[in-house]
Amino acid sequence: MSLLEVVDVDVLYGNVRAIQGVSLCVEAGQIVTLIGANGAGKSTTLNAISGVLPISRGAIRFKGQLISGLASHGIVRLGISQVPEGRRIFGKLTVSENISLGSFVRNDWHEIQQDRERVLELFPRLRERLRQTAGTLSGGEQQMLAMARALVARPALILLDEPSMGLAPMLVEQVFEIIKEINRQGVTILLVEQNAFAALEIADQAYVLASGAISLTGSGAELLRHEQVISAYLGEG
Amino acid sequence: MRKDFAWFVRRGLLLCAILIVCAGIIGTVRADRYSTEQWFDLVAFGLTLGGVYALIALGYSMVYGVLRLINFAHGDTMTVGVFIAYFVARGLEHTKLFETSPAVAVAIILIVGAVVSALVALLVERFAYRPVRASGGFAPLITSIGMSFLLQQTCRGMFGSGVKAYPDPGWLQGSMRIGTFSVPNVEVMVLCAAALVMAGLYLVVNGTRMGTAMRATAEDPRAAVLMGIDINKVIAFTFLLGGLTAGVGGVLYALIYKQVYFMMGFLPGIKAFGAAVLGGIGSIPGAMAGGIILGLAEGIGPTLILDGLGIPAPYQLRDLFAFALLITVLICRPQGLFGEAPARRA
Repeated sequence: MSLLEVVDVDVLYGNVRAIQGVSLCVEAGQIVTLIGANGAGKSTTLNAISGVLPISRGAIRFKGQLISGLASHGIVRLGISQVPEGRRIFGKLTVSENISLGSFVRNDWHEIQQDRERVLELFPRLRERLRQTAGTLSGGEQQMLAMARALVARPALILLDEPSMGLAPMLVEQVFEIIKEINRQGVTILLVEQNAFAALEIADQAYVLASGAISLTGSGAELLRHEQVISAYLGEG
Repeated sequence: MRKDFAWFVRRGLLLCAILIVCAGIIGTVRADRYSTEQWFDLVAFGLTLGGVYALIALGYSMVYGVLRLINFAHGDTMTVGVFIAYFVARGLEHTKLFETSPAVAVAIILIVGAVVSALVALLVERFAYRPVRASGGFAPLITSIGMSFLLQQTCRGMFGSGVKAYPDPGWLQGSMRIGTFSVPNVEVMVLCAAALVMAGLYLVVNGTRMGTAMRATAEDPRAAVLMGIDINKVIAFTFLLGGLTAGVGGVLYALIYKQVYFMMGFLPGIKAFGAAVLGGIGSIPGAMAGGIILGLAEGIGPTLILDGLGIPAPYQLRDLFAFALLITVLICRPQGLFGEAPARRA
């Protein structure tokens, strides 16, 4: 049984079909990536999984349980955390409060403290800035904070929406290293990226989304060599 | 800043306001008709009123922060609490509790007022606002105006349209000496109660999980949902806090003016709303500061400024004064004192 199964899902924005018949599988422990052009429906897919957008057809199952139709906060409780596009950290709250909000769904105070320590070891920059308001952080630090915030929920699956957006190349590399590290620690990852090359390099499984439908699928390594992918997303390879 | 026509109008108005204020102050100071003690009285009364406005303003501001809704029924939610507290107080008069332990008696009616207002606020949110929230647009706003009338007229129907005298325990009638000044006990009590409630609110909003969730929701509701926060619970929590503070504010207001009637939510409600806007609606410190500033302006302003201009019986013009201050601030700083500048449209 896959950790996450998206089966034949449609999402409508008014009368416009944003995604159509999207099916994908995420196995436990994998890094799965969803690549595609701007507006192809990548974020829509993630928001449908998170329950932020209602689906008009199909089904989404997590650990075998049907989750499409549940309220978003219930889905977070089940173990799916999303790091949204543009990070969406709470700029007026302190870094420390932002991290605490990540563990809002949990009640095991003692273990929350341990997870918090672990996360701060992963992102030492944040420890120096715990008392600062999050709005004063740099773009890279905000991305770290958004990931830290998702991790302290202790999710089984993290949905990452464009973590490299707007970051300097050096930081992008660092973010992808951290994604691999998180995955090594046992968290399954569904990664949406425009930076197709970097995403495919670390992915076990990859899907290409074009105009709201899955057009290609394969392992990361396979798609890196695929002609269509090279011409469309990787430039002249 | 671009110097367009509106800029000159703003500057002109501001200049006029400053001139009038200066002329008034100079006139008052030169006439020298008031003693230091009298000034102290005015400041103390202004602070007292300000504390009450601040308590009521908090509910407007918090609800606006989370829902972007101006809850016009807020003042009337408060009235219901004040009425029920009134009946409890009348009951307590038979028990002699007001004589034997007046502090406990006053605390009881404050708590009753707070709890009843909070319950009404929760019911209004659950059964009036929540069903129309998804439809967006003006529906919630119009609903809140409707709820305001509904609560007002319900109070009128159940408790009559006359003014009822609020109990005036002997404990609150005397005054206290502070140095060479004397302050009425009721003002000391109101200020202490208001300060305590605001300190408590600050701790709840800044130190608890629900408080943090509330601030997060006010900043970015969609991101808050992704944290696993149940928005409906946060909204109910916000109405609960707003109801509690307004209930205390309303009972304190009734203890200052010693009366209660079905329309009593209107004027303090509108002024508290003004205070929330003055401080920057959506901001909790803004609501507190806005309330205190409005109360002080109302307390001192008429005597300090209008008296010097030779206007007779200036104190009767205090409402005008409160709103003139509000309008002046809004012309110069539309987002309020503590509000964030609205994003400029391209």
